[in-house]
Amino acid sequence: MGARAFFWVTMVAAVAFSDGISSAKAAGKAVDIPSQEWSFQGIFGTFDRGELQRGFQVYKEVCSGCHSLNYIAFRNLVDLGFNEIEIKAIAAEYEVEDGPNDDGEMYSRAALPSDRFPAPFPNANAARASNGGALPPDLSLMAEARSDGSNYLFALMTGYRDPPAGIVLAEGMNYNVYFSGHQIAMAMPLAEDGVDYADGTKATVAQQARDVTAFLTWASEPNMEQRKRIGVMTVLFLLIMTVLLYVSKRRVWAAVH
Amino acid sequence: MAESHAGANRRDFIQVASTTMGVVGAACVAWPLIDQMNPAADTLALLTTEFDISGVEEGMSVTIVWRGKPVFVRHRTEKEVEEARSVDLDDLPDPEVDADRTTNPKFLVMVGVCTHLGCVPLGQKATDPKGEWGGWFCPCHGSHYDTSGRIRKGPAPSNLSVPPHEYISDTVIRIG
Amino acid sequence: MSGPNFPNPIVRWIDHRLPIFTLMHHEMHEYPTPKNLNYWWNFGSLAGIVLVIMLVTGIVLSMHYTAHVDYAFQSVERIMRDVNYGWMIRYIHANGASFFFIVVYIHIFRGLYFGSYKAPRELLWILGVVILLLMMATAFMGYVLPWGQMSFWGATVITNLFSAIPGIGDWIVTLLWGGFSVDNPTLNRFYSLHYLLPFAIVGVVVLHIWALHRFGSNNPLGIDVRGKQDSIPFHPYYTIKDMFGLGVFLIIFSAVVFFMPNAMGHPDNYIPANPMVTPANIVPEWYFLPFYAILRAIPDKLLGVIAMFAAIGVLFILPWLDRSPVRSGTFRPIFKVFFWMLLADCVLLTYLGAKPPEGVYVILARIGTFYYFFHFLILLPALSIFETPKPLPRSISQPVLGSGAAAAAAAMPKENS
Repeated sequence: MGARAFFWVTMVAAVAFSDGISSAKAAGKAVDIPSQEWSFQGIFGTFDRGELQRGFQVYKEVCSGCHSLNYIAFRNLVDLGFNEIEIKAIAAEYEVEDGPNDDGEMYSRAALPSDRFPAPFPNANAARASNGGALPPDLSLMAEARSDGSNYLFALMTGYRDPPAGIVLAEGMNYNVYFSGHQIAMAMPLAEDGVDYADGTKATVAQQARDVTAFLTWASEPNMEQRKRIGVMTVLFLLIMTVLLYVSKRRVWAAVH
Repeated sequence: MAESHAGANRRDFIQVASTTMGVVGAACVAWPLIDQMNPAADTLALLTTEFDISGVEEGMSVTIVWRGKPVFVRHRTEKEVEEARSVDLDDLPDPEVDADRTTNPKFLVMVGVCTHLGCVPLGQKATDPKGEWGGWFCPCHGSHYDTSGRIRKGPAPSNLSVPPHEYISDTVIRIG
Repeated sequence: MSGPNFPNPIVRWIDHRLPIFTLMHHEMHEYPTPKNLNYWWNFGSLAGIVLVIMLVTGIVLSMHYTAHVDYAFQSVERIMRDVNYGWMIRYIHANGASFFFIVVYIHIFRGLYFGSYKAPRELLWILGVVILLLMMATAFMGYVLPWGQMSFWGATVITNLFSAIPGIGDWIVTLLWGGFSVDNPTLNRFYSLHYLLPFAIVGVVVLHIWALHRFGSNNPLGIDVRGKQDSIPFHPYYTIKDMFGLGVFLIIFSAVVFFMPNAMGHPDNYIPANPMVTPANIVPEWYFLPFYAILRAIPDKLLGVIAMFAAIGVLFILPWLDRSPVRSGTFRPIFKVFFWMLLADCVLLTYLGAKPPEGVYVILARIGTFYYFFHFLILLPALSIFETPKPLPRSISQPVLGSGAAAAAAAMPKENS
């Protein structure tokens, strides 16, 4: 009797906790973020390599002018389906600072696969100075650093609108339905056919937003596929083991009951 | 006991199965805990180092870093090559022909770690003591290496090791 | 000595000089345990296992972590991205903290319902509350280590609680910080203590188990074990039952670790700490929320802090507040109702802790806080006097004997011979 009631109250408590936590996370966001279908959602979800490569192209050609990607190295691009030679070639397009050399001076050299993506600005102050006082955040963890990150990123990039009547935008601000407070310093980053996809995909704004969201989701957690794969095996293993333990327990206790 | 013979067998099976799964499970848990101590992906990304030797003039030595260890690159003079090649192998504690130690006889590439106890031998700078055979000298316990980096005298058991390296162009070597 | 006769000569040789095997045999094998424990009694040993999981993963993480404000965040990201299985170990550790509290909170409410804190187990209970306090300190300091936004601002807010102490408050806060704001010295000492305190927890756990084994486990009926027929040896009965419970736990735990590892975390902690910008709303980890709600419910800073600490402090004197001689809530009709109200109250406070402190939430939090203290300080002492408990069974085996005496007797040849 008591035990059963205890169970139900615990369950209700768990639901209440999760509601409390999620509502706490959602606080401050006026608009609900619409959910999209993603190839990487669910416990069997994986990344779509084509989508990742297109998203990388969008990052490279559009975002990287202002946003760094500090925690991703060129070698990580192997996850996107590039081979070693391609990765070397991609890395070589970038210059990184190295040194000091024997004369004590820092010098630039072509990037190697082991290097991380160079940041567009040397420091936060330089970034602010070039962006009207606003700091373009690092994008490596963007999909995890925002609640419901992937859906939020897609919504943000496709959420630019003309401000509704009566709303006066501050200097240099843009109106975005999904940004907290609706006024965002970043101008609409994506344009129709803003990039030229190698695989012939039509580069609509929605398509680019989708691709770069997938890319940034991967960048937030490059090990996601390994995590889910190991997770499925672990849970299956534990299910079988627990059934065996249950049968053992029943047998051991048979003499007592 | 009231339990039938078949029941006892089934119980054995269950016990063996659960124990086996427990052992397998424990091993699966142990592996990540051990493997995390192995070199991480960013460390493994630095397994090879590329170096442009065109700036190293004759008689000059350069120390570069490969896998966190110093690698000596010496552009040897004619005289040094001559000395290294004319040695009688019977005089060597660790006999090795100079030609086996270099791809290009002009450039000697080797790990600058004494084979005795891991100190870095002197001899890279012009002002360094170079030992009795004009190569390298380890100050820790007095090992002398010749112009081919072979041990000649002192406690070190073997020659300075030559890392795997290849010329990927006329002037660029890849070590590792 | 009636020591066990070990077949292995090496074991015998060691045991003769250091009777550690005899001790283990007594305390983990033949240790007589009431035979009627239900599954709520699984959570004690489960908590011990989670503690071990936390220690092992924590030691491993510390092999890669750098406790410096400039490197802490990126060293954690290196663990997540580059260290072999680093993501798995960190997700286990981060979610393990939450699961540790889930397990321990269930363990505590089990003790509350079945009166496990009553004589002669008062000290056992008090040691448990000490473990809870140490866990909270450890969890709080561990959450600071990744040096994300929530780490930094959580550390700032919680250390500022001490500034409420009159006269010396500011001095204490400066002492805790090692500076004039939460900064590198703070991170370093938190790391040091986060590594130390779990071993203090292990020490108190040993005392907790020692005190437990003095009188043995309480049981769902709350009556004493009257003889051999009421108890069974710990092994194999409770070892196998605990193993099964562990399996169920690990399934749930793994599902969270592998499929929703960030669900119990806060996205803001994936933003590196920025001492110049406070996140829009700071929320502690869920296991602190009821205490956070009590803190905010009281409009006075000092009284709020006192109430928050008193919420745990009151547990220390619980054995002397509830004077009813009947342990188990099963036989206390009025107590039982109020127990569920207390649990509901704690759930409510948890919910409110995550809500902004405004409007109806403040009023509800005040009612919840009032009930919490009313329950312990007024209601339980009053119930001890006015409540009429239901009649207790004569012994643990009586209900069993009443229904199937022959079967039970056949199952216990040892006791009957």
